[in-house]
Amino acid sequence: MAHAVHKIPPYAVPTPPELEREPLVLNQRPFAWISDKIAGIAEGKTPTWWWIALAISVLGALTMFGMVAYLISTGVGVWGLHQPTAWAWDITNFVFWIGIGHAGTLISAILCLLRQRWRTSINRAAEAMTLFAVVCAGIFPVVHTGRVWYAIMPGFLIPFPNANAIWPQFRSPLLWDVFAVSTYGTVSLLFWYTGLIPDLATMRDRAVSKLKKFVYGLFALGWTGSNRHWSNYEKAYLILAGLSTPLVLSVHSVVSFDFAVSQVPGWHTTIFPPYFVAGAIFSGFGMVLTLLVPLRSICKLEDVITTRHIELMCKVILATGSMVGYAYGMEFFIAWYGGNPYELYAFQNRAFGPYWWAYWTMITCNVISPHLFWFKWCRTRMWFVFLVSIVVNIGMWFERFVIIVTSLHRDYLPSSWDYFHPTYVDIMTFVGSFGLFCTLFLLFMRFLPIIAIAEVKAVTPQADPHHPLGGAKIGGAH
Amino acid sequence: MSTSTAGRPYALIAEFETPASTLHAAELIRDAGYKRWDVHTPFPIHGLDGAMGLRNSKVGWFTFLGGTTGFSLGMLMIWWMGKVDYAIPVGGKPLFSPIFAFPVSYELTILLGAFGTLFGMFFLNRLPRHYHPLLKHPRFRNVTHDRIYVVIECADPKFSDAETRKLLEHAGGRHIEIVED
Repeated sequence: MAHAVHKIPPYAVPTPPELEREPLVLNQRPFAWISDKIAGIAEGKTPTWWWIALAISVLGALTMFGMVAYLISTGVGVWGLHQPTAWAWDITNFVFWIGIGHAGTLISAILCLLRQRWRTSINRAAEAMTLFAVVCAGIFPVVHTGRVWYAIMPGFLIPFPNANAIWPQFRSPLLWDVFAVSTYGTVSLLFWYTGLIPDLATMRDRAVSKLKKFVYGLFALGWTGSNRHWSNYEKAYLILAGLSTPLVLSVHSVVSFDFAVSQVPGWHTTIFPPYFVAGAIFSGFGMVLTLLVPLRSICKLEDVITTRHIELMCKVILATGSMVGYAYGMEFFIAWYGGNPYELYAFQNRAFGPYWWAYWTMITCNVISPHLFWFKWCRTRMWFVFLVSIVVNIGMWFERFVIIVTSLHRDYLPSSWDYFHPTYVDIMTFVGSFGLFCTLFLLFMRFLPIIAIAEVKAVTPQADPHHPLGGAKIGGAH
Repeated sequence: MSTSTAGRPYALIAEFETPASTLHAAELIRDAGYKRWDVHTPFPIHGLDGAMGLRNSKVGWFTFLGGTTGFSLGMLMIWWMGKVDYAIPVGGKPLFSPIFAFPVSYELTILLGAFGTLFGMFFLNRLPRHYHPLLKHPRFRNVTHDRIYVVIECADPKFSDAETRKLLEHAGGRHIEIVED
């Protein structure tokens, strides 16, 4: 299926050099190259590194399931929780994972509404990351309830008439969270699947084995690329983007309500919803870069995920990192300006109390490290971007840890003040959740196109009927 | 449409390479007054809806239906469960208020709105449809790769083998062939 590179006719209306943008697909790759390249990743022979990575990831996932089984069979006492620190790593991990998901939705929905065409190279993988992060996130609030069977039994979290004839407490932000997170997971799945339909048809039409043709064909729903279908499809995609935008903003707002609606000093603040959303996008872009920087070089995708794409993501990290830094400063200012001694104490305790090390780790990772991205040198060195993305992930985990544990460990009764120590079960459950995440991501990249093939084709100049490469005659008319 | 008699001609199909020539062909076919025809492309082509004379998609109505259902369902559910069926009085707070019912109703608006959108799109496109005469055509598998196909159905009232073929040739189509059902 190899095709010659398109001949380049003279530009009809030359773009002034100062307005010229770097192309989204380098080296004027033709359509055939795009589908051969991207579908080829899933079609080719399974590389050895994939098996090794999968084995390690599955081991991690099994460790997590083992730890969860131990927790369920024994009780939450196997974690380091106690009074007053009744939430620690469990909810930290929940907020950490759900926050990571937000970048996927930002890329697929908000950047779609803002007509940022560079999103097409990264949205598929980022949305997959969202889904898998939501899966990891969902585990922690369920298992932290202790008697897990109550959390999953219909009637306790999901309204369902059970033997107790009682309904969930709709005044509680914890219940809002159930609806927010499950809606988020479901809508992200629908959005991801909608985007996949044309590419599944590509996989179906390229499939060699009967089984692959059947399975891809089954999920491609008989897609024929009909323009009458595209017309409805594009509208549906736009509407889903429009629905996902308020959804993604609401999900982390509702997560922040879990804290903000309570009366605990350090939690009871109105800045939480926007601050959580900015932090979520910040951490999510960190994870997108952690995944895509190695992926683009392993799969040789430099022409599709270009340096420009990476630079743009670094700039999003810089912007959201600055918002997060501003929120940290504003929190402190309001704690002082608000004149509430308990609030002020909670913040002084964060920075200079026994958890000072966690607080300053967070500040270093989240406030200082993103500012390196002001420099082009930092944004264009892939190893450097990768390193900073890991630092951002670490910082955002610590942010949630600082918010949760430092606010709880010194409550109103000084005699019960304590210091939280995680047990090995806490640690292995969290480490294992990365195994689950990586297992799902590895399976995704082995069986599905990791880049939206049809969408990338649509943003090339040869897809534009008014561009000379798209066949337009001199003067720009077709 | 779904009656399948093997060997019966279904449509005339022509291959195009560039979006510009496709757009031009679509305008010609639209102006010639054909009704049962389509353009199959590997990616959505900007401006093709207009060139085919398609109207704005109606998917939005399904979204609206789903969204309003979700919001009313959420409000009604919380009101009925907390005020009518099993009251839980807490600290003298009202048994129902649209304020505390809002977050859940808001999420349900989006949830059912999204389902409405997706299934509305499936309904308008008559998907899933796993059998299609075009999918049996050997050349047509390039439609998800790098080729564009214009398809005029034999069932179109204006269809005539010679005239339609001439139109497609004139429009610049190549490999003009009859696809059998």
